[in-house]
Amino acid sequence: MKTINILLSGVGGQGVLLASRILSEAAMVQGLDIKQSEVHGMSQRGGSVVSHVRIGDAVHSPIVPDGQCDILVGFEPLEGLRHAHHVKAGGVLLHAVDPINPSTVSAGFATYPTDLDEQFARFACDTIAVPAGELAEQAGNRRSANVVMVGALSPLLEFGPTVWDHALEAAIPAKLLQLNREAFRLGRHLVCDKHGLAG
Amino acid sequence: MKQVLSGNEAIARGAWEAGVRFACAYPGTPSTEILENVAAHYAEDINAQWSPNEKTALEVGMGAAVAGARTLVCMKHVGVNVAADPLFTMAYTGVRGGLVLVCADDPNLHSSQNEQDNRNYAKFAKIPLIEPSDSQEAKDFLKDAFELSEKFDTPVLFRTTTRISHSKSVVELGERDELPAAGDLVRDPRKYTMLPAFARPKHPVMEQKLAELRALGVTSPLNRVEPGDPKIGIVSSGITYQYAKESLPEASFLKLGLTYPLATELVKEFARSVEQLIVVEELDPFLEEQIRLAGVAVNHGKDWFSICGELEPSRVAERLTGEALARTDPAGGLPVRPPVLCPGCSHRGVFHVLRKLKVFVAGDIGCYTLGALPPLESMHTCLCMGGSIPMAHGIAKVIGPTAERKNQVVAVIGDSTFFHSGVTGLIDMIWNNGNAVVVIQDNRTTAMTGGQENPGTGHMLSGLESPQIDMEKLVVALGVVPDNVRVVSAYNLEAVENALTEELAKPSPSVVITKDPCVLQYKISETPYGVDRETCTGCKQCIKVGCIALSMTEQDGETKAEIDPAFCTGCSVCAQVCKFDAIVR
Repeated sequence: MKTINILLSGVGGQGVLLASRILSEAAMVQGLDIKQSEVHGMSQRGGSVVSHVRIGDAVHSPIVPDGQCDILVGFEPLEGLRHAHHVKAGGVLLHAVDPINPSTVSAGFATYPTDLDEQFARFACDTIAVPAGELAEQAGNRRSANVVMVGALSPLLEFGPTVWDHALEAAIPAKLLQLNREAFRLGRHLVCDKHGLAG
Repeated sequence: MKQVLSGNEAIARGAWEAGVRFACAYPGTPSTEILENVAAHYAEDINAQWSPNEKTALEVGMGAAVAGARTLVCMKHVGVNVAADPLFTMAYTGVRGGLVLVCADDPNLHSSQNEQDNRNYAKFAKIPLIEPSDSQEAKDFLKDAFELSEKFDTPVLFRTTTRISHSKSVVELGERDELPAAGDLVRDPRKYTMLPAFARPKHPVMEQKLAELRALGVTSPLNRVEPGDPKIGIVSSGITYQYAKESLPEASFLKLGLTYPLATELVKEFARSVEQLIVVEELDPFLEEQIRLAGVAVNHGKDWFSICGELEPSRVAERLTGEALARTDPAGGLPVRPPVLCPGCSHRGVFHVLRKLKVFVAGDIGCYTLGALPPLESMHTCLCMGGSIPMAHGIAKVIGPTAERKNQVVAVIGDSTFFHSGVTGLIDMIWNNGNAVVVIQDNRTTAMTGGQENPGTGHMLSGLESPQIDMEKLVVALGVVPDNVRVVSAYNLEAVENALTEELAKPSPSVVITKDPCVLQYKISETPYGVDRETCTGCKQCIKVGCIALSMTEQDGETKAEIDPAFCTGCSVCAQVCKFDAIVR
């Protein structure tokens, strides 16, 4: 199997690292090799965060090479757009629709882009907008928007039917599992419906 | 059994499998999670603790090793600077139980004040250096490191980088080596008591050990030749091996795990088998210099791969293959998203007051270093752990007494950093009749690295209770006049300002402790504030406290402040700043 390159980008505190963990667990359960890379510390304080996940038969580097990303998951629209140029032609860009203002915008030093759709359209990839916050609320807690995004990504990876269940169980504390299973399901269905895939 | 583990998790596992019985560290990105994982998963078998700083951690570790236990000590790269004093002489004494010092370097300064290449420490301290290139090796090589440590009677430097420590990969787990108990203490002053007469004969012994290690490297499984296309031979180690291997999988590789002392005979043999020798390494030409010194020609090394920052796998691939990757231009004009103090952070109000007072602020290492960035912009130096107080003292000594705010100096330091090495700086200031105001931002945790306990929190790494070191009594005992020690709420801006103004006017050192816990670690959340749009004049004063819960929004043609209740923790700092009482609950 050819290596699949996935980038997960968002804002520190959104749960990008937990999402990466679920994805990594799933790939391992599927029996694939996996390398994942993230940065902790300073960048977690509300700054931009990006996590690289690479899965395949044998993966060396934990970093997605420039312009070689197959799937980008933006947990926030601006953070999706920031990495959109890494997605290769024909790749998929999933992004949550709920904006979070960077401090530079709140402080009035910069403005949040108002032409997101046009900007996304510039890139030669398939863009899917996910109302992650709304679906997470529907599942029971807005904070599970990260797991909605993992659900939305899941149909794009041809993993076995029970793989994601195992991965969610491994990565999420028992008391939050039910809620997050629902968040995952809602994200997955959204993309399945849009693309006519089997749920 | 297989698990997806980060390098740090794998090191913790490796320590357990290696039969380690004692582990200690001071938290520092990217090394922190090693001890956290030891404490979380292996506490039954490994006695683990945080130390107040890296020097004491290494010394405590040395005590444990001298008592016969296999011992793990962890720190970030700059921490080794703090621990360098015991490290260099431990190379003379040797150990009893194996001792491995894990140091996590941070190329590209993701969360550090410099990007020094700590491989140089191995050469400088004359100890063996081992570098893993993924999580499996992080676990397996750590066991090898303990064996080398005991066999050669030396501490071993085990060096990771951010991309090893914080990358995850699949690891095949093993079982724990149950080692016999250490037994009684051994008295051997010629080995452990480094008087000149006892230390002098140790130096040639160390040199002999290095020569033996150099020879061992030729056959050690830590190093391996991966034969391939003889046109290109690549020498690499650590994460850069992975980048090179992915770029040119068909090339010949000399993949090094034991990178000091370098197995020069192995390198020579490898060089003879290939047409071109290329050294791929991050930061300093550590391998390249050793290889050239051995008389081996290097076709490309630092002429191709920058000495600064992280190597990017794409750039490595382009260099090695000679083919440019197709790149698309990024979206332009996007607002940057720098890290910020959390909404409700207890540091914010203090920096607002410092900015208002226009004093010179000597800062330190922690979340509060973000007080240097816009819009707060009220920290003017940050050098190293504990550097704030002695720098303030030095500045004040040169400036002399002054009533001019712009030349008055305030040191700002967090609680964990104060216990790490701020205390000695304060002793310096008091002893030498210095005078500056020291603000200790006591948020009851080591916040920047993710909320670890410190000597003031009353808990240890294990979570068990321990004596809480009383900061107020400590500074008074050191000699700060009791009237000059002020404890104020970090959220009461008036109290912070009054305390600072009063203490700045005094002729002897003062300590102002702003005491309120970290909102993130203690999960503090009170009723959010809101903006009364009728009363708000749109003056933007509240925006200048730099909180992401606040923004200016336009409605009916008027731009007014707005608070996002999802982010607001109800800390009240912006409400206190508002001159029009427009921010209300």
